[in-house]
Amino acid sequence: MTATTDGAPDQPERGRPPRAYVGSQISQDEEMFGALFDGGVVRRFMTYVRPYRRQVLLAIAAVLVVTGAQLAIPLIIRFGIDDVLLAEGGNAKLLALVVAVFAAVITVNFGANWLQDRLIGITGEHVIFDLRQAMYAHLQDVSLSFMDKTETGRMMSRLTGDVNSLQEFLENSVTAFGDLVLLFGIVVIMLSMDFGLGILTLSVVPTLFIVRMIWLPRARVAFRHARETNSSANGALAEGIRAVRTVQSMRRESVNFDLYDEKVQENLNSHLKSAQMAQVMVPIVDTLTGAAMGIVILVGGFQVLDGALEVGVMVAFLFYVQRFFDPIRSLTIQYSVMQRAMASGKRIFEVLDVPLAIDDAPNAFNPDSIDGSVEFRDVTFSYVKNQPVLQDVSFTVAPGETVALVGPTGSGKTSITSLLHRFYEIDEGAVLIDGRDVRDYAKAALGRHIAMVLQDPFLFTGSIFENIRYRTVDASREDVERAARVVGAHDFISQLADGYDTILEEQGRNLSLGQRQLLSFARALVADAKILVLDEATANIDSHTERQIQVALKRLLEGRTGIVIAHRLATVRGADRIIVLQSGRVVETGPHDALVAQGGLYARLYALNYASFDDVPDEQIK
Amino acid sequence: MTFSSANLDRRIGNDAQILWRIVRLCLRHRGRVAIAVGATLVAALFQLAVPQLLGSAVDGALGLLDTENATATAARAALFQTAALLLGASILRGLFTLIHNYMGEAVGHRMAYDLRLAFYDKLQSLSFSFHDQVHTGELITRGMLDLEGVRMFVSTGLVRLVLLTVLIGVGAYLLLSTDLLLGALSLSFVPFVAWRSAVARLKLRALWLALQERMGVIGRIMDENLTGIRVVRAFGAENYELAKYGEAADAAMELADKRIKTRVASTTIMTFAFFIAMGLVLWVGGLRVLEGRLTVGDLTEFLAFMTILQLPVRQLGLLVNSFARASTTGRRLFAVLDLEPTIADRPGAKPLEIKDSHVRYENVSFAYGGADSPPALHGVSFDVRRGKSLGIVGPPGSGKSTIAHLLTRFYDVSDGVITIDGQDVRDVTLESLRRQVLTVPQDPFLFTTSLENNIAYGDPWAEDESITNAASLAQIDTFIGTLPEGYGTLVGERGVSLSGGQKQRIAIARTAMLQPAVLILDDSTAAIDAGTEQQIRELLKAPMQTCATIFISHRLGTLLHADEIIFLEGGRIVERGTHESLVAQGGRYAELHALQNQLADDFDSGPSDMQGAAQ
Repeated sequence: MTATTDGAPDQPERGRPPRAYVGSQISQDEEMFGALFDGGVVRRFMTYVRPYRRQVLLAIAAVLVVTGAQLAIPLIIRFGIDDVLLAEGGNAKLLALVVAVFAAVITVNFGANWLQDRLIGITGEHVIFDLRQAMYAHLQDVSLSFMDKTETGRMMSRLTGDVNSLQEFLENSVTAFGDLVLLFGIVVIMLSMDFGLGILTLSVVPTLFIVRMIWLPRARVAFRHARETNSSANGALAEGIRAVRTVQSMRRESVNFDLYDEKVQENLNSHLKSAQMAQVMVPIVDTLTGAAMGIVILVGGFQVLDGALEVGVMVAFLFYVQRFFDPIRSLTIQYSVMQRAMASGKRIFEVLDVPLAIDDAPNAFNPDSIDGSVEFRDVTFSYVKNQPVLQDVSFTVAPGETVALVGPTGSGKTSITSLLHRFYEIDEGAVLIDGRDVRDYAKAALGRHIAMVLQDPFLFTGSIFENIRYRTVDASREDVERAARVVGAHDFISQLADGYDTILEEQGRNLSLGQRQLLSFARALVADAKILVLDEATANIDSHTERQIQVALKRLLEGRTGIVIAHRLATVRGADRIIVLQSGRVVETGPHDALVAQGGLYARLYALNYASFDDVPDEQIK
Repeated sequence: MTFSSANLDRRIGNDAQILWRIVRLCLRHRGRVAIAVGATLVAALFQLAVPQLLGSAVDGALGLLDTENATATAARAALFQTAALLLGASILRGLFTLIHNYMGEAVGHRMAYDLRLAFYDKLQSLSFSFHDQVHTGELITRGMLDLEGVRMFVSTGLVRLVLLTVLIGVGAYLLLSTDLLLGALSLSFVPFVAWRSAVARLKLRALWLALQERMGVIGRIMDENLTGIRVVRAFGAENYELAKYGEAADAAMELADKRIKTRVASTTIMTFAFFIAMGLVLWVGGLRVLEGRLTVGDLTEFLAFMTILQLPVRQLGLLVNSFARASTTGRRLFAVLDLEPTIADRPGAKPLEIKDSHVRYENVSFAYGGADSPPALHGVSFDVRRGKSLGIVGPPGSGKSTIAHLLTRFYDVSDGVITIDGQDVRDVTLESLRRQVLTVPQDPFLFTTSLENNIAYGDPWAEDESITNAASLAQIDTFIGTLPEGYGTLVGERGVSLSGGQKQRIAIARTAMLQPAVLILDDSTAAIDAGTEQQIRELLKAPMQTCATIFISHRLGTLLHADEIIFLEGGRIVERGTHESLVAQGGRYAELHALQNQLADDFDSGPSDMQGAAQ
């Protein structure tokens, strides 16, 4: 056994650290930074930008105008000083002209600035919404075998976190473009005004670049660590809240407090470290700015004294020096943003590249109604190659007949129901509905004619009414109420304060399991499909609700073809016919009495008198 | 007593009191606060020195044009001095900025550390009745986001307040004292930008909060869609789900656009106002230079001053935002910190002393919502002692679990007395009570850590042997043995996912390991199959000799062997006796007994009905 040593408080009197931990022991982090530039990612991303290319071009034009205005302002001041204030013929009229030009430039700047920020912000937002919607829509059609293997939490982090980092990238890249132009413009103007002074002043720039490049990876480590300790401490807090009843009843308060203290202490230290890292650049940038200004004053000033330079140039230089550190700072930030975006983009396009395993045939069959006969003909199926979960399974179900699927865990019951709905493609054989291969049907047709009740009744946030109606949006209030009455859910619904308008939260946690079960029955009833597939809940429900459910089940199956994965003896005995499965093969089939008389697997299961066949230990079956 | 979030927040006082309380919390680190404030002052002063140095540099460079060659060396020396001073001022400004930023952050983080611990401690001590009424998500938000809002107040509120006051105040004084009109013109953008920035920030904050809410809806729709993917597919509801998403996305996008428009409108107008002021300074200042009343250096100084002031003035909005955020988040945070647990040790409470684990309920009544609400228990009395067991049965909501919660003092009785070996549970320490009385809940909480840590939850210093013993008692050892990492296997998404029955068995092991004097099994075998339950019951027989046991169950098989069984209905005991006597009595218990045995037969008429419908 391994005792966790991390994060354990000092307990010298106990001799060793406790077997205790608060928060998750599992780090959820994915790779944060990718290559600086990934052509594939950028190209694909551009396909989402293309619909907005007019806005983007306009934004770029606006950025150029804004940058031009920024560059022009010190030049206007320089002209004002050298050619008006200090010149021979300088007068108030000429000054007014300079001010008028200044006014024109800042007005243009105002308009272009407004246009630029608005276009960048809104376009970025829209591209990102499009991308997220594309991912979401894609996931609706992705094969279930992919979804089975995917953790919801990780998928969510791609849909939110990764998408956000692309948004950041998109917004920053247009301004980064502006920064580059600005930097370039400043360099060109400085050099052309006075080449020697320009070169000297700009000599501080490489220093800043080098310092930042050395600083960046270290700072990133510190920032990342701070972020990790944050999520780890927050995770521990969330756990402490969720588990508070267990904590109090097991008297773990003080142990947990000490463990949490350690986590928060670590969080504090990492944040102090990252604050140091963030701030250490401040004096460096200030020193370099001071040095650049010092150079301008010394070298430029001496030249002015010698009459070799106009003082306006010196003033313009001083203004440019104050400006050119900003773009350098934001460009180095953009470096990280880009790396992060490339990693995120890769993950996003991975999702969009998941193939749609099952697609409708060009002229898929989409009947208005079906009779509801089902046939499995020599079906072999595997999730993983060469590990078949169903082998040569054949059976038929007549319209209106109810068949119970029985067998130990892993015998293939759930696979049968999934294949009927064509959630997966079979390896061999055929699944037929009304004598026609399910692969010929449109997906929508299968969804309409086969209703499913899952073992764990899933409810959505929203009213009870919306949950029962679900996809059948044309169902009226009366239809919903009728369905609820039939399955016996009406009574408890009408006892709720808001009746059918009661809002269910967190997947219906405010209802009992039995009640949720009844709602999912009502949902299937409103869908009014000819074939009903039902995976019975295994969890124990109190006897009263249990009885209600049995009655509801009976009503639900009236006039429909039923395929029921049955766990309860009561349900099994209620079926017209029982199909007994073992290790992916049909081993027995027939009505209850006949199977009991036959003395096979079913008879043995039955004799053991377990409440559910799933509970029967393996050794009892062999 | 109710803890709805509106009620919770009302008692905390007005905004000024809340902000003052945050300041007082900062002052626990007063040394650092003093350094931060001092460094802020110095940094601001050095920053204000820069424009003046630039101005004198320009004049210095120009100085020679008007005077004799004799002073050329002096002029150069003066320029050299100015450059050196400028470099020095820049370096010092940088250093002091580092100190004040770092100290501001440090004070904030240290205060956050104090608050995090206080919050965690408070949550652990608040009673069940609080946790019943306040949503988990709500508490997490308060402990994370609201705490963050309070922390940020130090650097974005307090330190910035000092910095901006000094920069704008001293800057304005210097400008106005140099030239009243020109100074006033240079500062003309300040009131407008400050006002715009504050208004826009508050508006943006409101928009941001609303947007977060709508983004939350989108997140929830996506999350439910992915979690419930089988339902979506089974009903062929892809288009319905897309429409639902589209609606939410449109609603969010509308706000997102509005937010950008608001932001852009305010930032661009602020820049424009600044430039207009600059143009005016250029014009009026230029005229004065022409008149000879002002030097070019002075004009440069004014322009440089304006450049330095632009950013701080724009940040006034952030300052306002920070104050608004701190007062709302502080209110929400302090509301929790100020709660007193309703259940705590009485003054002079003594440890519980166990003699023969005699549990006694005398006329116990209880209502969850206080005296006015409908009672959950009504005049319940019973006795159970070491080596004996009590079974409790009844329909859902009849008060079965409430009986268990009262014994461990998760709630206090409204009326009547509960004693253990003659000691009122309210007179003993909680620590000793909960060490002796343990409940195995129906839906146990398993932690994202190893299986052994989960089993040893109540005694993290337990020896390996007692962990394995407990596991075998709960019939979970064989299963653990099949796992490649055995007891070290992590529970959860990346480790092993456990069925309901397996979780319950872990919970039984967790509790059995602690050898309580009173053991309550609250429907704790509901998800365990009958066979395994039978085996567990056999194995529990020995430990049950040393404690009093209370079984709560809806499955009669579980209670069958209890020494006494009580049947609860609507919080009252309606029948009591042994299994045999209750069945013989022919009342509610016998009815339930018949129902459970006949559920199967009851459905026998099903097939013929269904066949009828099909034909």
